[in-house]
Amino acid sequence: MRTRFQQQMEDLREKLLRMGGLAELAVDRACQAYTQRDLSRCQLVLENESLINAAEREIDELAFDILATQQPAAVDLRFILAVTKINADLERVGDQAVNIAERVMDLIELPAVELPVDIARMATAVSAMVRRALESFVEGKAELAQAVLEMDHVVDRMRDEAFIVLVRKMNEEPQVTQQALDALLVARNLERVADHATNISEDVIFWVVGADVRHHAQQVAASAPRIERRQQ
Amino acid sequence: MGVGITVEQLNAFYGKTQALFDINISVLANRATALIGPSGCGKSTFIRCLNRMHETIPEARVEGTVRIGDISVYNGTSATQLRRRVGMVFQKPNPFPTMSIYDNVAAGLKLNGVHNRKQLDEVVHKSLESSALWDEVKDSLHKKSGASLSGGQQQRLCIARALAVQPEVLLMDEPCSALDPISTGKIEELIFQLKEQYTIVIVTHNMQQAARVAEFTGFFLLGKMIEFDKTEKIFTNPSDKRTEDYVTGRFG
Repeated sequence: MRTRFQQQMEDLREKLLRMGGLAELAVDRACQAYTQRDLSRCQLVLENESLINAAEREIDELAFDILATQQPAAVDLRFILAVTKINADLERVGDQAVNIAERVMDLIELPAVELPVDIARMATAVSAMVRRALESFVEGKAELAQAVLEMDHVVDRMRDEAFIVLVRKMNEEPQVTQQALDALLVARNLERVADHATNISEDVIFWVVGADVRHHAQQVAASAPRIERRQQ
Repeated sequence: MGVGITVEQLNAFYGKTQALFDINISVLANRATALIGPSGCGKSTFIRCLNRMHETIPEARVEGTVRIGDISVYNGTSATQLRRRVGMVFQKPNPFPTMSIYDNVAAGLKLNGVHNRKQLDEVVHKSLESSALWDEVKDSLHKKSGASLSGGQQQRLCIARALAVQPEVLLMDEPCSALDPISTGKIEELIFQLKEQYTIVIVTHNMQQAARVAEFTGFFLLGKMIEFDKTEKIFTNPSDKRTEDYVTGRFG
């Protein structure tokens, strides 16, 4: 039934997964570049960006074609809307990775200093959020997406703590202001990536259970029976 | 003005074969309600139970309650009385082929004993305006026969004919299935306007048409009403898996 439509939907799903892989890789490389002060990884992130941008356009074009020609409804319509929004978020994730890489390229030019902030830990948490958000899309499971939403406040708190300690460091040791400022901007970039992972998870929930959980994530629990039915 | 329709525990049979099973539904007045479902699911049978056309088939019978406004369809109301209040438009336009456009529209009134020329003129004019056909036929009301019009015009003529007796409910059984997209668009626009004055129930195979014209949609399957809800809900997030499979084209 509707073979061409099903093929197009599968194609769309695969393209988004590839896009997700590129965005996830970009964040991981940018974080490694920061922790290891590795210029080559920065270059890889910058080169990767054009691939992400091309993938974004390709996904939008295919989604547009399907909407124009197939009149999808119900779960299919929600899937396509979710894909277009996730697509935009993944492209922004790629942009944030580029921002981090540019900060690292700046930092590498400066003397290495000890900073009272654990960017690596924050990066690990953020990477996990992106990975789980994409897993929730692959599996079509709202529970996995819900778990990502609950991780967002952890990253927010890390960002707030980083701001406090880094501003204090700048006041106490003005000679490391540039390095502290770069670290602070990286923390902010990572927190933005976490926000995009949250958006992706909200879109997965919308696709799977038809619930709009933006701004009130806790209400998704009320949709639990629906989630079970979809998975049968 | 339109009136609401209440159906309770409706069962319909063709001889020993049961076609509808325990249908319960409340259709709101002055709204368009669409009925969708695969061929043979019972949606046309259902709509024909609303104006007692089902029982015109030999050995066909109906059980249950249907109320249209304040009248009980199967208890103390004659089919003739009922059909004055419930107009119907069919899949294929069926104007009286030998009658002029004017006489097609006036036929129902004349059957009901209205022969006052001025009154007939007014009703014909108003009905053709309501069915968005007046401007296209006003100069040939008596010169052209109903059959000489295009398919889309014929269907709008049939709508005008149904409206002429001032019904409260308009039943439409796949009214656009024989029409091209332009004519279909005109009928859909008409449905949108007519529901201000009439309650409309439309059977359609075209799911996008249901999505475009109806505020409420019911999904039939194997003689049962599987789901009845606001149209937006049916097409974006239906409650029943079978509805979802149907509207997404996974079967049907």
